[in-house]
Amino acid sequence: MTMYLVKRILMLIPLMLGITLITFSVIHLAPGEPVEMQMAMNPKVGKDARERLRKFYGLDKPLHEQYLGWVGKLARLDLGRSFSPDNRPVVDKIKERLPVTLSLNIIALLLEFGLAIPIGILAATHRDTLLDKGITVFVFIGFAVPTFWLALLLMYFFGVKLNWLPISGLHTLGSDGYGTVRYLWDLAKHLIMPVMVASFGSLAGLSRYMRSTMLNVIGQDYITTARAKGLSERTVIYKHALRNALLPLITLLGFSIPGLIGGSVIFETIFSIPGMGQLFYQGAMSRDYPVVMGILVIGAGLTLIGNLIADVSYALADPRIRQGG
Amino acid sequence: MAFKHTYFYAVFWQRIKRNRLAMSGAIVVAALFLISLLAPVVAPYDPNSINAWSVLAPPSWQHWLGTDELGRDVLSRIIFGARISLKVGFVAVGIAVSIGTVVGLVSGYYSGLVDATLMRFVDIMLCFPAFFLILAVITIREPSIWNIMIVIGLTGWMGVARLVRAETLSIREMDYILAARCIGCSDARIIFRHILPNAMSPVLVSASLGVAGAILTESALSFLGIGVLPPTPSWGNILTSGKDYIEFAWWLSLFPGLSILITVLAYNLLGEGIRDALDPRVKR
Repeated sequence: MTMYLVKRILMLIPLMLGITLITFSVIHLAPGEPVEMQMAMNPKVGKDARERLRKFYGLDKPLHEQYLGWVGKLARLDLGRSFSPDNRPVVDKIKERLPVTLSLNIIALLLEFGLAIPIGILAATHRDTLLDKGITVFVFIGFAVPTFWLALLLMYFFGVKLNWLPISGLHTLGSDGYGTVRYLWDLAKHLIMPVMVASFGSLAGLSRYMRSTMLNVIGQDYITTARAKGLSERTVIYKHALRNALLPLITLLGFSIPGLIGGSVIFETIFSIPGMGQLFYQGAMSRDYPVVMGILVIGAGLTLIGNLIADVSYALADPRIRQGG
Repeated sequence: MAFKHTYFYAVFWQRIKRNRLAMSGAIVVAALFLISLLAPVVAPYDPNSINAWSVLAPPSWQHWLGTDELGRDVLSRIIFGARISLKVGFVAVGIAVSIGTVVGLVSGYYSGLVDATLMRFVDIMLCFPAFFLILAVITIREPSIWNIMIVIGLTGWMGVARLVRAETLSIREMDYILAARCIGCSDARIIFRHILPNAMSPVLVSASLGVAGAILTESALSFLGIGVLPPTPSWGNILTSGKDYIEFAWWLSLFPGLSILITVLAYNLLGEGIRDALDPRVKR
């Protein structure tokens, strides 16, 4: 097990380097410079000023020097300063936003797993009945609904028509003065729609996956044995089958991380939630390279670590993998 | 060989014909093709003709799906938007499938260092939240339909590569590959002539699902204002104005969204149907 762990952790280094290399080339091989964006705003800026700005941002150096400089700083967790007028360190900007996106996504993830597992079991144990077919239809629709459209519909019904839920931001203006309970209730109301949107799409895939692993397990010999020795169907399903069917979900948890972070662009923009997705979108729109590169690297790095944790927990849970590694 | 192929397709056709969901998916896909092909004939109005007298008009006999904030006919814009969706779906998936197939074939056939390097590259690409990567490239270059198709393709080939590699690994060990090698076939001939045709069927499934994914991504980008730019109608950018006028004009949000939903659903059903029809474990 220790060997396996060491091997996996060593493997992170080349992968992380690859991530930085791809991030850097994606941004720097494209034509156009951030300086041009600032120039366009002000036609009076002359050639000297342009050069000074380029020098200031280090854009005058050859590419490999820029890359090495960037990676060197990255290793010390310095992502540089934002190109935007506030000129703040990118790390600070991300630090502010990451908790918002992460906590929102963790709530969504818990909701997804909490709903998808029972739905999947239900569909598998009632295979080919009307219930299973109904769930399948729901799953297919869930796959096909564009999340931003779902967000619009929810906003229309719950926000505009019924006026039950606030449609943007995380807090009501002036909520700082509220008492704790009222403050939290206000936050919760703001979170309902974004969390619904964030979890809806993956809910479909996850319950489908749960159904198929469950069906797979139910077909195994040891389930037949358990039934043959006269155990109740309840015990067979929940004690013998479920445990084994849950195993592959661990891996899936690792895989769902990039989707969670990536999907946040859409609902954070629609619901004006100050998270990573919104920061990234604004950064990309204004060609704020340090912000864009920083978030790409951090997003990919988090996924890498998430996958590692998923694999290690899988190995811990399943001795067959442990011994193979 | 010819006999074997006809048999394969006959069985495939037999099986998929009986799958009602897959067939309805196929019919919707075919209908969409027709509609986009005949868009100028089917559309009741010019999708870009502005009419100041009927701004944001609700659905009526003149305008079945209402009009938008410039008085343009929503139905006509949706019909022309179908063209964009199909184009993006097919070109993006074409790019993704070509790259994925070549990487998968090379990786699976040569194994060793080549395989390890290529697969680590796949791992790295899979770490990036795809939508972030797409967004970054498109905003830094300029938003255009070509850039969208290329970028969606370049960020979507990894799954295909893994699939094809797995297939190649097992096909490589077959006797007919050994036979081909014995009679002196070059690597390229073995890969493209003997392995490729036998490794393609799972790719068909991911291609169909991939078209659905590409259509969703394009509409999301256009919705955010960095995809297909107005006045060219796309389902995503009609929804952008839908968002702005959501309090007064529900039809502007409902119908383009439904179009996306139905199209994506159709491709997914078709893809799943192909998967079932190809899977020998599923009983007939």
